[in-house]
Amino acid sequence: MIHSDLYVWMIIAGLSLGSFAIRFSFLGLIGDRQLPKPVERALGYTSVAILPGIAMPMVLSSSTGELEPVRLIAAFLTLLVGAWTRSLLYALLAGIFSYAILMAIL
Amino acid sequence: MLVRNKLFWQGARRGFISSLPFYIVMVPFGTLFGLLATEAGLNVLQVMGFSFAVLAGAAQITAVTLMEENAPTFIILATSLAVNLRMGMYSAALVPLIGKAKLWQRALASYWIFDQSYAVTALEHNKNPNLSLDERLGVFFGVAIPVSSLWYLGTYLGAVVGNQIPAELGLEFAVPVTFLALVAPLLRSIPHLLAAFTSVVFTLLFADFPFSSGLLVAGVMALAVGYFSEVWLEKFESKGGV
Repeated sequence: MIHSDLYVWMIIAGLSLGSFAIRFSFLGLIGDRQLPKPVERALGYTSVAILPGIAMPMVLSSSTGELEPVRLIAAFLTLLVGAWTRSLLYALLAGIFSYAILMAIL
Repeated sequence: MLVRNKLFWQGARRGFISSLPFYIVMVPFGTLFGLLATEAGLNVLQVMGFSFAVLAGAAQITAVTLMEENAPTFIILATSLAVNLRMGMYSAALVPLIGKAKLWQRALASYWIFDQSYAVTALEHNKNPNLSLDERLGVFFGVAIPVSSLWYLGTYLGAVVGNQIPAELGLEFAVPVTFLALVAPLLRSIPHLLAAFTSVVFTLLFADFPFSSGLLVAGVMALAVGYFSEVWLEKFESKGGV
């Protein structure tokens, strides 16, 4: 169904205001006030607490709906190479190339 | 003045270089949104309005998908914003990193908070804890501005020439790989490994939570696991453990 122009812009405005409020919440309002030490230390784990949770369900599902072992192997190599070299670039290259190579041979 | 600050530009170069790997996926991912939004009946101006005003891929895709299904307005807003709640965690996690910046700088940074801009800034801080505030701001904007520009470009291409781009380029797998590549360099300590493991296991277990809140609940659990295992390890080591 085609929505009216006004309706679409209202959705955009609502999402934009809501998203900014979420993003500004802590950084904007707390600013340079000190967070409690335990909270600050816990927040140091934010990347590893969120990004694997987004990525792994995408690794485990595929367009065919079946589990693809190639994806699991490529994901594992991404993590291994990244942890070993501490390089984001090498991790990404390991993931992409191992996936491409395995898909080509298998 | 930030733009004349040498340290800021050093940081920006660092952020720019570190985020180059994401350039592979931003345009195709943006194209996907442009295509879906056009199919949902949005015109080019509205598609671009979405990308400039909201700047959050997953939330934008959620919103236009629900709009096409004629979901009630409240559901569209609540579900898409729930997808974006993790940005609140990034906002909090950025406080120790760039919280001392001026208010207008923090407000500007807030607009540009997304997975890559937060994660690269945190990763650079983790590798090099002695970066100054200006350098960290440089890293953040050095990632955020070019990467978001590619997102705008991608959505524009999707809206204008979307139908002529083959949907399946094998690039869909590149999205989770970029996220894994972002965390992999951090997986060198037991607390980080445990937190990552908690995140994966509980996100999968909580897959059916409403408004995709499972990711967030699992995320908070993972933060706690990271923190408490760090504290426990410290105690263990101070008692003369391994």
